[in-house]
Amino acid sequence: MQKITISGFCAAALFTAAAHAETVFVSLEKDNAIAVVDPVDAKLLKTLPVGQRPRGIALSPDGKTLFVATSDDDTIRMFDAETLKETGKLPSGEDPETFALSPDGKLMYVSNEDDSEVTVIDIAAQKAVAKIKVGVEPEGIAVSPDNRWAISASETTNMLHWIDTKTRQIVENTLVDPRPRAASFTADSQQLWATSEMAGTVMVLDSASKQIVQTIKLEVQGVTGDLIQPVGVAIDKDRRYAYVAMGPANRVAVINAQTYQVEKYLLVGQRVWNLAFSPDQSRLYTTNGISNDISIIDLAEHKVTKSLAVGRYPWGVAVKP
Amino acid sequence: MFKRIQYFAGLMLLFAVVNATAAGKQSIKIAYISQERAVPAALSNLDAFIQNKGQLGAELAISDNNTTGQFTQQQYELTKIAVPVGGDLIQAFNALGDDTGLVVLNVHPAQVNQLADLAAAQNKLLFDAATSDDELRGVQCRRHVLHILPSRAMRADALAQYMLKKRWREWFLVVGQTAEDQLYAAAIKRAAKRYGMKLVAEKAWDNTYDVRRTAQSDVPQFTQGEDYDVLVAADEQGLFGEYLDYRTWLPRPVIGTQGLIATAWHRTHEQWGAVQLQNRFKEQAGRWMEEEDYAAYLAVRAIGEASVRTKSNQVQAIKDYMLSDAFALQGYKGKPMSFRPWDGQLRQPVLLAAPRSLVSVAPLEGFLHPKSELDTLGYDQPETACK
Repeated sequence: MQKITISGFCAAALFTAAAHAETVFVSLEKDNAIAVVDPVDAKLLKTLPVGQRPRGIALSPDGKTLFVATSDDDTIRMFDAETLKETGKLPSGEDPETFALSPDGKLMYVSNEDDSEVTVIDIAAQKAVAKIKVGVEPEGIAVSPDNRWAISASETTNMLHWIDTKTRQIVENTLVDPRPRAASFTADSQQLWATSEMAGTVMVLDSASKQIVQTIKLEVQGVTGDLIQPVGVAIDKDRRYAYVAMGPANRVAVINAQTYQVEKYLLVGQRVWNLAFSPDQSRLYTTNGISNDISIIDLAEHKVTKSLAVGRYPWGVAVKP
Repeated sequence: MFKRIQYFAGLMLLFAVVNATAAGKQSIKIAYISQERAVPAALSNLDAFIQNKGQLGAELAISDNNTTGQFTQQQYELTKIAVPVGGDLIQAFNALGDDTGLVVLNVHPAQVNQLADLAAAQNKLLFDAATSDDELRGVQCRRHVLHILPSRAMRADALAQYMLKKRWREWFLVVGQTAEDQLYAAAIKRAAKRYGMKLVAEKAWDNTYDVRRTAQSDVPQFTQGEDYDVLVAADEQGLFGEYLDYRTWLPRPVIGTQGLIATAWHRTHEQWGAVQLQNRFKEQAGRWMEEEDYAAYLAVRAIGEASVRTKSNQVQAIKDYMLSDAFALQGYKGKPMSFRPWDGQLRQPVLLAAPRSLVSVAPLEGFLHPKSELDTLGYDQPETACK
């Protein structure tokens, strides 16, 4: 893939062939439910009640289990991704919002915002196996694809904490721009991308040195700086592009991940929060909290093709192949 | 550090490194000085008087700073000094050690400069975390005093922006009997002029009766004969303002010190992560966070932010950083906060709150400023009297 020069035409042909039968799950914070969406036909298939205030949502690497953090129930629920029957609950600690899975799907790392902790859960045993003290208000969390690092971003301490997944100790703390929100690794685990809600920046860190190597300031003409509050970030598997949800700026930034230049700002729904790729990475799905919809972005063209009403306060999004 | 341990994995060296780190923590000493208040006459018994407003905010911020400090090898220490009513505040201040260079004050406006002008204060950085006094930020300003709460001018401007948006341009101002009420009224008049409002009437409330018993007959009579869009109350102590709503001769909303108020913090505020701060405070204090708690919290957090970024515990380094463009304080109001270098006022959004709902946040959309829209509130650089 890396060597192919994508001309729009051939890319479109390639992607159409690959794109089928995926299911998009969206957590609906205000409806206490998840929306099940067919993104190809842009259809809301059903809405399923899951518990109080669902936010973080993810699929196990094998695609069989759907995890939903039901924050006001103080638990993370597990569902069979096919039948959508609840199969268990994980002891997430209070008010779980965001979590990340280890690449082998065995462990889950949960941010406990009110306790300044990260809880590590053994999913099979449904047991918390470790608690790691981090900074004030941990929010964003990510595990590197090589399973070396778990990253916790603390919003008030303004740090990214590098947790060694083997020892479960913090080995480095990187001071970053104010109110870091989300963090995401590149597929090769060599870079960590993190957003700062207050500074309106995206920072790129080198996993070896754990230092910031690039800071990208997001600026949109006609939108005041205080509305530019970047949240979710996703980088494609070849590190050609990174996509950043810009919150109340209602846009997704398209960043060339090689040159670090912002190439485009795509207008999506209001208060865009989180992002997920389709399995073939031909599309990107965004949750738009205030306009109660998701946007579907065609990544070959970098165009928003559809928006689909899904329910109240769409928060997180997960895609099942 | 970890690489070194990997290379020379001797147990002794490991201990040596750990000990050196524990002993080598940088200490940042902060004092919090408050003077207790006599319990004021209250209009109603609904809200109990809170004696320690502020202190618990400083304590929460110290704990937040120390959570961060464990990763930066910095240790924050808070010395709390509560001087009783009538006690000697100056003596308490003079008793502070030279190594305590950062002092948060929760004292009466008249006492701020009494303390700031002491010889012992000259090499310290003081944080006024309780007053809204425009003079202390203007002609009476001191270069080593920073002001955390919005000034009266900022509050009045915030209200005026909202009134302009609603096109409620004709104001009827009701002023209480205290000196503070006069200052609040002055700020309202300044804002009215700045935003093109018309003061169509102004009356003094003389407070001769217990308004709890007489409001139903007093207020209609008091407000009769004037036509206006809003009634603006200047009653900082809360002696009559709550009793204006629903009793005016004409059906008109009440704003100012009661009704729709302009405040730094409010229990109805939950956006931009504020609910986290509200929860943490409530868990620790067992009550809602008040404005003074928020101010003390911000003062101590500002010290935390500046000392972490500068890796310093020196007053001058912390002050220089705080007054620089690089300083950005996260204060749970959606915009990074910073200090106005011309008068030491903390730039911040101002909440417009009704008792049980957050109505708006100033600066409102559309009020533009060439540098920072936050500077549409209060005294901007060209207007400052701080020399």
